[in-house]
Amino acid sequence: MANTKHTLVALVDDKPGVLNRIASLFRRRTFNIQSLAVGSSEHPGLSRMTIVVGGDAAQVEQVRKQLEKLINVVKVSDITEEDMVSRELALIKVKTTTTTRSEIMQIVGIFRANIVDVGPNSLTVEVTGDENKVNSLLGLLHDFGVKELSRTGRIALTRGSSP
Amino acid sequence: MKKTGAQILCESLIKEGVEVIFGILGGAVLPIYDAFPQYPKLRHILVRHEQGAAHAADGYARVTHKAGVCIATSGPGATNLVTGIANAYMDSVPMIAITGQVTRPVIGKDAFQETDITGITLPITKHNYLVTDVAELAETIKEAFHIAQTGRPGPVLIDIPRDVQQEQENFVYPDKLDLPGYRIPSRGHPAQIKKAAKLISEAEQPVVIAGRGIIISQAYDEFKEFAEKAQLPVAHTLLGLGSFPGNHILDLGMLGMHGAPCANMAVQNADLIIAIGMRFDDRATGNTREFAPNARIIHIDIDPAEIGKNIPTDIPVVGDVKSVLTALNEQIERGEHVDWLSKIEQWRHEHPSLEIRQSDELLPQYIIHQIFEATHGDAFVVTGVGQNQMWAARYFVYTKPNSIISAGGLGPMGFELPAAMGVKVGRPDEVVWCVAGDGGFQMTIQELATITQENIAVKIAILDNGYLGMVRQWQELFYERRYVDTKLWNPDFVKIAEAYDIPGLRVTRREEVIPSIQKAMEYPGPFLIDFLIEPEENIYPIVPPGESLARFLDTPKPEIVRK
Repeated sequence: MANTKHTLVALVDDKPGVLNRIASLFRRRTFNIQSLAVGSSEHPGLSRMTIVVGGDAAQVEQVRKQLEKLINVVKVSDITEEDMVSRELALIKVKTTTTTRSEIMQIVGIFRANIVDVGPNSLTVEVTGDENKVNSLLGLLHDFGVKELSRTGRIALTRGSSP
Repeated sequence: MKKTGAQILCESLIKEGVEVIFGILGGAVLPIYDAFPQYPKLRHILVRHEQGAAHAADGYARVTHKAGVCIATSGPGATNLVTGIANAYMDSVPMIAITGQVTRPVIGKDAFQETDITGITLPITKHNYLVTDVAELAETIKEAFHIAQTGRPGPVLIDIPRDVQQEQENFVYPDKLDLPGYRIPSRGHPAQIKKAAKLISEAEQPVVIAGRGIIISQAYDEFKEFAEKAQLPVAHTLLGLGSFPGNHILDLGMLGMHGAPCANMAVQNADLIIAIGMRFDDRATGNTREFAPNARIIHIDIDPAEIGKNIPTDIPVVGDVKSVLTALNEQIERGEHVDWLSKIEQWRHEHPSLEIRQSDELLPQYIIHQIFEATHGDAFVVTGVGQNQMWAARYFVYTKPNSIISAGGLGPMGFELPAAMGVKVGRPDEVVWCVAGDGGFQMTIQELATITQENIAVKIAILDNGYLGMVRQWQELFYERRYVDTKLWNPDFVKIAEAYDIPGLRVTRREEVIPSIQKAMEYPGPFLIDFLIEPEENIYPIVPPGESLARFLDTPKPEIVRK
């Protein structure tokens, strides 16, 4: 079976130690988390977690079922095959010189990204999009010299009326 | 009137029907112990090591079908529980472990006897709690018992800081729980049950693999009806022994690494495996890639995560074994399988692994069988881990439901004595035999003091070969007889027993076996027999690790004769 990236979305109790329980389960069952993003959900007291994990369908289904067993996990779905919206945010600090600055600003414009900080020798770019978009921009900025990079990892929701 | 956290704990335990607590005290649980005299309904049994408390609670839970409770202080008290908690987790035993914690202001400051026990037990508990507010204590205890005792049972740990035990609050035991993240599958899906019934009715060479789920669900009658109606031969996992009468014509005994050849061969030649309340442990399946190559697999289990974990399944049925079997019994057709059953009988005849050879040596198989004869199977047999466990599993005929108590998944040596204690406390009117190895016995030997102090009348049989026997057997078979560090110098166990005020006997000859067992049975209190068995006796057959169940090494000794 193909080893692919799966997107798991979980509603979990917003309580101390819950992230640890989830991370510990991945470690214990020898699954590698590629990215994990967590924040408030529409339900008070519950957080929504987006976890990207690699593996074949059976392995990911096993980890999903193990997650379901955690008392603090209210619901977890693998939405990889579903119609979904997924986004990631990245902050990229790029080296600049007087000669490269305008070229960088052009690239940033094409990607509809924003410049959120300007220093004497650098620009900090904020970009939002799916991973491909972030990766493409990063690829283009790479040649100018990326001094620092911070990515949030994927967050995702299914589209429209799907639950 | 307000009550202290310690009083709230005791009141809540009584609400949950707790009668016995196994534990040992220390600084961080002193407020709880201080409250005990106000609650004479709670019997506290003072053990000598916290591992003993956890194993005793485990044994108690397995025979009473309600959560066993153990208690320990913070730090080393809590870490000493860990082996027992891990064991309960592996074997799906309901348990409540209560630990004291240092006071809230010093948590995280590396205080004296502080340890992060909720962190440590995260992967070995069904759930755990650190109670930081006395107002949440009662609800936490109610949740903990609910989680431990329902669905697939397991241990739940509650860590209570000492100052929470002392703080005061109104005691209200909640009626309802709010656990949106906890769902218990109950009845299997009707469509899956229908498919399963059809496969069972069509199968020509079916085999059931019976696991502990049948015992947990107490589905003995439903399971017997199921096997008899469809004429299904029954193989057992180690923990599934005692789910079906061991003397039944359809019973094949245990499968797996030390399984009965007829059970292993039936599984390997089956066209349908019906796995019930079991989890395809590697000791049961052998090499999973070669497991039951021609069989379709129906897997009935209450834990959805067990489906497809180790073995791909054709028809999963997620639900409580009792309700699934009740539904299946209505739908399956009466079966016959005459040819298949006679083929299995032929394998049984060709590989008579239960026959005990005529020998002047003191053979463990003979001792176990004589304990069976003396008790007529009407006893609980609590085993250690290793050769003694396998001999006890194979040579005692488990005719009484749930009559073998053994640590299957974790395999902790030293389980036998404290667990036997828990079994006897849980079922005081029953005969309890503790079958120990001389190695494992010394891992929890201190509980002899508890047994005497509480007059817990367990009968202890040490199968004493002067070795860490199972490891020695592996060294013999797979490491060219290099016996590295498996030979044991042992103390005089009879003198040890005497020092603990327990009468004992040493048995070295075959003819002393029956009288010694009789003597132990007649004695009203605890009794120990040290059986000096043939030191290099092996347990056969054995499927070498990593091999298919079909490739077992049968007993090599030629002089097999009928008993």
